[in-house]
Amino acid sequence: MGKSKTGFLDRLMRIDRRVIFILIALAVAIPMALNLVFVVRPSPIVEAIFDKVESLPPGSKVLISFDYGPSTVPENQPMADAMTRHCLIKGHKVYLMAVWATGEAQANVTIDRVIRGEFPDRENGVDWIHLGYKAGNQGLINAIFNDIKGMFTTDVTGRDINTFPIMASVNGLRDFDLILSAASGKPGLKEWVQFAGDRGNIPVAGGVTAVEAPLLYPYYPRQLLGLMGGLQGAAEYEAAIVRAYPKYRETSMVAVRSMGPQTIAHLVIIFFVVVGNVAFFIQRSREKKARVG
Amino acid sequence: MRREIPLFITFIIGIALVVALFIPREPFPELDAEFSRWFDIIAVFAFVLGGGNLLQVHVDRITRRHPDKWFSVVTLVGFLATLVIGLGKIGGDPGLKGNYIAEGTWFKVIYDAVFTPLTATMFSLLAFFVASASYRAFRAKTREATILLVAAFIILVGRTPLGYYLTFWLPDPLQFLHIPNLSAWILSGPNLAGQRAIMIGIALGIIATSLKLILGIERGYLGGEK
Repeated sequence: MGKSKTGFLDRLMRIDRRVIFILIALAVAIPMALNLVFVVRPSPIVEAIFDKVESLPPGSKVLISFDYGPSTVPENQPMADAMTRHCLIKGHKVYLMAVWATGEAQANVTIDRVIRGEFPDRENGVDWIHLGYKAGNQGLINAIFNDIKGMFTTDVTGRDINTFPIMASVNGLRDFDLILSAASGKPGLKEWVQFAGDRGNIPVAGGVTAVEAPLLYPYYPRQLLGLMGGLQGAAEYEAAIVRAYPKYRETSMVAVRSMGPQTIAHLVIIFFVVVGNVAFFIQRSREKKARVG
Repeated sequence: MRREIPLFITFIIGIALVVALFIPREPFPELDAEFSRWFDIIAVFAFVLGGGNLLQVHVDRITRRHPDKWFSVVTLVGFLATLVIGLGKIGGDPGLKGNYIAEGTWFKVIYDAVFTPLTATMFSLLAFFVASASYRAFRAKTREATILLVAAFIILVGRTPLGYYLTFWLPDPLQFLHIPNLSAWILSGPNLAGQRAIMIGIALGIIATSLKLILGIERGYLGGEK
């Protein structure tokens, strides 16, 4: 009897990784199939971004940088889409660019899905512009600080930058009322704070992947006015938009819907950690008793 | 002279960029912008160097008949095909200024049909490995490990709507125990303190290294003596 209990504890402490893999796959697939949706409430750190975009007068100039690639699309794309959507709802001028080579294509996704899909009346070159990608990482941010047209001589399609009315009143980063970045590494939101926000006293905010979010907390709230951390952050921003503008419920629920699978996956991880620790403590107490005996 | 000229350039540019930060008067902001533009132009050549290095490593593997040579073949075919299609803007507007990733270009097809699924798959696999690693590594064997475990538990639950559902019923005096509040406190308290300490350490290291570069004490970037 004792041996079988020890064997069971051993098995609990050494669960085959394939069992964990299968349960994680099910934890993601089943909520997706059942369309499990939880209610998400915006936290103060996300609400701060929403409030800033909301408080800017219509026509304000907002730069949105796409600093990520396809690998982090589930976390970053809903953030970028939500920020762009909110700016367009408020009637701001939107300038899209990328300091990541892959960011240019991701900006195109937002253009197709949000700008052309939801705001077809907004005109390219008048209400929004896609500047594209340039190499240089944080050096690029430094270079465009005073002279954006020197680096971006054309838009992404190759048209002369000076032919766009939206660029008429823009020379450097100080001309923007807000800089937003959806980022997943370096260069990203931190570099926007260090090389643009801090230097020019320009409001900077944005979202990063969940693993990077703890690194940004030292900048909040004085240098970074708000932060979306991972899918949860994106879902909170979407929830804030839906709360203020229920009309956009259908298109503003991508991250909120994805929170169902993520929540269940977190639960499965917690379950395995608890199981492993319970078995560990029982075994350790038995070993102690055996030594005393 | 092969060493003196690069050292002189490094010294002048380094000093100019530092001074530009503290004296926002001409000519320093203009110098700062000009040097940044040069940096961006030089950064583009890193792509050429990277591509050359990739070719060198994998051609070498294939010619030496390394056991993994077929992986190298796939890498080279993928790299060269993407390079030719991207540079030639096949399927899109020709010319230097044409959009290489516009709708209808072959590059866009490669990006959407090959690059995106591959990178997404690699990143998605992390979820499985994180789950398996958490189960094996998060054991409360010591006091420090227990603190880490409890913090991880609160963050895991707090970063989902579950955190709200579990503790929303707590009365006002106990709101600090509300899991989303606890999660926010961990991130903006202990995490912040740790991150700041690391950042200050890194900043001091960067200042020391930069000074050594500007003053010509650190010369490793110039390459070996010949």
